[in-house]
Amino acid sequence: MYVAVKGGERAILNSYALLGEVRRGDPALPELSLEQIREQLRLAVDRVMCEGSVYDPELAALAIKQAAGDLVEAIFLLRAYRATLPRLGYTLPLDTAHMRLWRRVSATFKDLPGGQLLGSTYDYTQRLLDFSLAAAGEAPVAAQAAPAAAEAVPRVVDLLGDEGLIEAHVPAAGDPEPRDLTREPLTFPAERAVRLQNLARGDEGFLLAMGYSTQRGYSHSHPFAGEIRHGLAEVEIEPEELGFAISIGDLELTECQMVNQFAGSKTQPPQFTRGYGLAFGASERKAMAMSLVDRALRAGELGEAAESPAQMQEFVLSHSDSLEASGFVQHLKLPHYVDFQAELELVRRMRAGLQAAGEEEERAA
Amino acid sequence: MQMFQPVDSQDHPQQEDHAARRAWMGALARADTALLEHGLREVGLPDYVWLRRPETGLMMVRGRAGGTGERFNLGEMTVTRCALRLAAGESGVAYVPGRSHRKAELAALADALLQSPQSAAALRAALLEPLERELQERAECMQRKAQATRVEFFTVAREAGA
Repeated sequence: MYVAVKGGERAILNSYALLGEVRRGDPALPELSLEQIREQLRLAVDRVMCEGSVYDPELAALAIKQAAGDLVEAIFLLRAYRATLPRLGYTLPLDTAHMRLWRRVSATFKDLPGGQLLGSTYDYTQRLLDFSLAAAGEAPVAAQAAPAAAEAVPRVVDLLGDEGLIEAHVPAAGDPEPRDLTREPLTFPAERAVRLQNLARGDEGFLLAMGYSTQRGYSHSHPFAGEIRHGLAEVEIEPEELGFAISIGDLELTECQMVNQFAGSKTQPPQFTRGYGLAFGASERKAMAMSLVDRALRAGELGEAAESPAQMQEFVLSHSDSLEASGFVQHLKLPHYVDFQAELELVRRMRAGLQAAGEEEERAA
Repeated sequence: MQMFQPVDSQDHPQQEDHAARRAWMGALARADTALLEHGLREVGLPDYVWLRRPETGLMMVRGRAGGTGERFNLGEMTVTRCALRLAAGESGVAYVPGRSHRKAELAALADALLQSPQSAAALRAALLEPLERELQERAECMQRKAQATRVEFFTVAREAGA
């Protein structure tokens, strides 16, 4: 238990000042601008927006600068800031089928309507350190294809869906309003909408490890990346004062449709089932891990035994949030003097008791 | 949420008016503040009163499970909104991404002026058309760069008996 302590104001103020100086580093070097962070550390910005659960690249860049690049700390800062803003409403559901795509790949079909676009990916780089980046050089220029009419790019899962070989995802009757974890606490069992919200802002490292565990055999899953798409999706809202929907901009998103073999059950024929990942920005690892964990967490509704950690809602959803995890682990370094003194006293008494009992036995022998 | 009276239900009952207005509100939301500033200065900034001063808040962005299933809350985005009325009577509304009060103000002014028969044509030429061109170019440039990374994968099938 933590008991409040007083004192140390000067030391704390001076530690703020030291933190500021250390964060700034060598003052002879130019200071980083938020624009530089936003433009040149964009994957860090995306991760902070994703897990900070606020899409605002400038705020994420500021958080990264303030946290000296500690992304978990930056996520904390962004979450704290969001708590100061009023909620204006909810958007209409994103239409990811009509994203303007920068990248679109499928590991299940090589020939797809709309084609496969590699986009800007590290996948095919050789992971050799590029020392030319150590010196400032010319800005690289991307190649451009000849102008062509935009073609429709249907979802890969819909190609199998036509044959009934893959489960369809349709909203329940009346398209019920999803519960919102920013308004209501997490309770179990959690329905899929709540699980997806939790995973969407969950820690990438945690979800990656959980997803990895399903691949290594901790849950019966044989996943294929049915489709990964990255690009811009239009955001629409329906303000009450207008009475019609308007578009308020585009969000950069990554979506992953993971396809898993399913042997069938008493009521369902064998078919493919799906796991879903959706993340702000270019967050492919996150979206893929999320889709693996989403599928594993559907064990109950698909009649699978929940035997592995990744299939257990309470285990996954209670430990996915970096804010809660980091807070609880790190609170251990705050003063626990009173608590520890009590424990110390207890251990002394136990030892004294044992010693007395030993002396008693010796005398009796 | 604050109560807010409909400001334009009388002005624009027609469905097609909505389509045009929806299109320009979408374009204005995507504009750089500097471009809005420049376009509006060219036609002259009118007098107006606030119906709702600029306010920054969060919109919860929703997705659907699997892209088509039940709705879920993905995460929030910052949005700034405002509403104003011109001396001539038209009301303008803006919802723009981000936290810029100035951008919301300019977008709402443009929304009002584009509804006014006196100023619509001039503002279309000074702001909306260049803006739409720029957005179109941006989208096409992105598409051409993405298409340059289009790939044809071949599977290497083993010959029978090999």
